[in-house]
Amino acid sequence: MEHASSADPLVVAGRAFSSRLWLGTGGMASLAALGAALEASGTELATVAVRRVDPSGRGALFELLTEHQVSVLPNTAGCFTASEAVLTAKLAREAFETDWVKLEVIGDDRSLLPDAVELLAAAEQLAADGFVVLPYTTDDPVLARRLEQVGCAAVMPLGSPIGSGLGLRNPHNLSLLVETVEVPVILDAGVGTASDAAMAMELGCDGVLVASAINRAQDPATMARAIALGVAAGRAARLAGRITPRYYARASSPTEGRPDLLVPPRDA
Amino acid sequence: MRPSKDPVPIVLNGEERLVAAGTSLEELVAALGLGRRGVAVALDGEVIPRSSWEHCTVRAGARVEIVSAAAGG
Repeated sequence: MEHASSADPLVVAGRAFSSRLWLGTGGMASLAALGAALEASGTELATVAVRRVDPSGRGALFELLTEHQVSVLPNTAGCFTASEAVLTAKLAREAFETDWVKLEVIGDDRSLLPDAVELLAAAEQLAADGFVVLPYTTDDPVLARRLEQVGCAAVMPLGSPIGSGLGLRNPHNLSLLVETVEVPVILDAGVGTASDAAMAMELGCDGVLVASAINRAQDPATMARAIALGVAAGRAARLAGRITPRYYARASSPTEGRPDLLVPPRDA
Repeated sequence: MRPSKDPVPIVLNGEERLVAAGTSLEELVAALGLGRRGVAVALDGEVIPRSSWEHCTVRAGARVEIVSAAAGG
């Protein structure tokens, strides 16, 4: 698996990743559980949120990621307007010394679906300011194209709402989206288990970001490994070129050369 | 050294506090027991680069946000 993936890196904004699985740190039960999941996943990039310092856990998460040599991808989770998201991204750039940002601008606190208008405005401002913008977006191919046009380095469409584990609810839109943009497509949100991640890759996504499905699984490290295998399997299947689905059967064994085994009854 | 003055009220991470007049952002960060890595500061809605913390002092009524990484997707 390692050999196959290292020859086929995911390249985003000029940076190559040998693993096509990115992790979210949200929902982790403990730092120890997260550490085990990071190891098992083989990921090289993990998201963090930007929050007021917690005097009880000073810097522990940032240190853990650094120890595991996992790069930090700050997100703007919890922002409802472009201006909040832009300021949060700037705080993250200062804190973590990275230009990369997973841009989230949420429009509804029940579904946590993106606000397309605010998202596009924030993406445009941040891209112009030199950020590597990775927007969490809907599975709308037209919006994805607009995000690409304002300078996003990748797009991160949802499979279903954040943390729902409902899988890929509109695979056809994801296929259209993959065809529509040239930047990498990272499926974000909705993965519930390994087969969802495999399906995203089979549809042509370039990578998958998973948080809840791993961190909230009963055994996060084992699920991390399962999802990493799913991503690798889906990628390989995509590259292999699947057969076209058919309505009726098509025999896989030749009809030629079949032995004649129907012996006519002998007269007594 | 600065002459001591009356403490001034500021809002630090949403909580009202009294700090010595002329307190720098550097001192506020240090007082929370934080290192410099992985931390960012906003003063009245504007991000202050780490290199300016030492010379940037808070006025009465200043709104200071000190942030770091938290678990999040």
